[in-house]
Amino acid sequence: MKLKSPLRGWETRWGLFFIAPWLIGFAVFYLAPMAASIGFTTLHMDLANPDRQHFVGAANWIRALTADPEIYQGIGRTLLFTLVTLPVGFAFALVMALLLNSRLLLGTSWFRTLFYLPTMIPLVAGVLIWAGVLNEQTGWMNRLIQTATGFHAVGVAGLRWMADPALIYFSYTLIGLWGLGNTILVLMAGLQAIPTELFEAAEIDGASWTVRMTRITLPMLTPIIFYNLVIGLIGLMQYFLVPFVLNGGSGFPDGWSNFIMIYFYKQSFDYNNMGYGSVIAWIIFFIGLLFTALLFGTSRRWVFYAGEKE
Amino acid sequence: MVQSRTLIWKKWGLTALVLAILLVFLMPLFYGASMSIKSKQQIAALDSGLVPQSPATYSYQGKALPLVRVPLPDGSTRELALQTKRRTMSMFIDPVHPEAPALEWQGNWRALKPVTHADPQWKNYPESWNTIDFLKLLKNTALYGLISTIGTVFSSGLVAYGFARFKFPGKNILFVILIATIILPPAVTLIPTYAFFFKIGWVGTWLPLMVPPFFANAYNVFLMRQFIMGIPRELDEAAKIDGAGPIRTFFQIIVPQALPAVVAVGLFNFFYCWNDFFGPLIYLAGHPELAPLSIGLTQFNNMYTSQTNLIQAASLLACVVPLVIFFAAQRFFIQGVVMTGVDK
Repeated sequence: MKLKSPLRGWETRWGLFFIAPWLIGFAVFYLAPMAASIGFTTLHMDLANPDRQHFVGAANWIRALTADPEIYQGIGRTLLFTLVTLPVGFAFALVMALLLNSRLLLGTSWFRTLFYLPTMIPLVAGVLIWAGVLNEQTGWMNRLIQTATGFHAVGVAGLRWMADPALIYFSYTLIGLWGLGNTILVLMAGLQAIPTELFEAAEIDGASWTVRMTRITLPMLTPIIFYNLVIGLIGLMQYFLVPFVLNGGSGFPDGWSNFIMIYFYKQSFDYNNMGYGSVIAWIIFFIGLLFTALLFGTSRRWVFYAGEKE
Repeated sequence: MVQSRTLIWKKWGLTALVLAILLVFLMPLFYGASMSIKSKQQIAALDSGLVPQSPATYSYQGKALPLVRVPLPDGSTRELALQTKRRTMSMFIDPVHPEAPALEWQGNWRALKPVTHADPQWKNYPESWNTIDFLKLLKNTALYGLISTIGTVFSSGLVAYGFARFKFPGKNILFVILIATIILPPAVTLIPTYAFFFKIGWVGTWLPLMVPPFFANAYNVFLMRQFIMGIPRELDEAAKIDGAGPIRTFFQIIVPQALPAVVAVGLFNFFYCWNDFFGPLIYLAGHPELAPLSIGLTQFNNMYTSQTNLIQAASLLACVVPLVIFFAAQRFFIQGVVMTGVDK
């Protein structure tokens, strides 16, 4: 025991030395700001006029929870958009992963590279390119639909992807498809990790494609599906870039792009209302936490960890 | 034999299906390329094709006459220059025999189809390059990307080494906290961090964007730790016997062995910076001379809403550097994505 003790001290010292950058960063950029953020919610705070800063108690919280319909609208729109975009985006990624992983596909590596390519396109550039494609007059989307189906899609009376509240979330979802390269890759890696014996055994039993899909592939993928749902949900709670680039936070069309993160930005940086902004930030945090907890709560019923015993 | 034939059909069928999806998936890129070389008139002409067209003309006695396709009584069609326009009768010059007398043609000239030729507006690229001051945006973005990438690769590597190779009290709890910060929405820490940088006078400079990466990033630490744990400890031990301290072991053994992870983390961070929007938006507000591409492009889009061609040209210009890097370092990239996503 006595011999080990100096070695342990040596390891502790070096270990702490190496993780020191993170320890400092955590204290300065996470711990202190989180603590301060709680304090900020009780202040009327305007960085440009520090002398007007004063303690307001729970006033910010009361206003946010009882007197500000924009908060509820922001949360509602964000959740509604999540409900549209998360299943569609995830289904697309899963189908693409299955197709790109298929033994029947020719030129696999070419396809994989080309499907990943849009993920590399800078987000803002991607949004602007898509905004052009979805333009109701000159965009190719409407012209493609019109040529293919004969439906009169082009023009002001046609499909107004960016201006029609019924379509706008689907337009955002389409734009989001270009960011799914990593999800597709991770799902593909998950598919490749499924032991082939399972499929071979199923084939001997004469299991159909549907049975293999629902009894082997999907259950074995559930941990990755679960991880992606959690990450996707947290990301979508802070959905900001696409609507902000397209309309600068104006809420166009008709308030449908007033997501909660846009409202957070407006209160904090446009109106310089940082005390109130902190309250909104915490609301975003709690809602994300609530849904993550719900996902974790239900995970026992549907997430299958191959390494665990029943 | 029959079996293998159906297999071949299945293969080609599936490949055709994936190819069709791919074409629709990448269609916006073709659209962007096509729009970026059109003039405003060419965009407004809805029937214009992929490659922009302009009406062809024929120069006759110092005048530019429009070329049109004229159906002749003998059933043939010829490209002639329209000299005199009348409702029921028009005069044409034959470009092949300009010295011959003008041809008379009965019918309404408006019904004739004009001859067009490919007329790409390459000048849109230099024009948008200059209007947006692309070089400045590129320089700002690259500088932000490079400095913060160096910072995060170096610091995250050190921290990952600490977590992977040393035992110290509280290590497991600290690692759980580190992972938890990945799930924490940045909105919660944003306002106090902003207020802090405001107080020390850093708002309006690059420092709030470039300094924090030097204090490690949870994602990168996680990825590098996973990788370092896979390096055989015998290598460390051998270096130790040779008298190398932990710092030398890190630089001479760990970094070369973990190179794929180092490159993957570097690339991820570089692309993160290339895309970063919120950070520059709040910290560089009111300083257009410091703005990166993401902000510059957005402002350009707001100011030149009607100039679809210039916006598309600028957007495609912004894709060049990331795409070149992607094709050069594809292998590292895909490896890195898989490493983070599956080992959870």
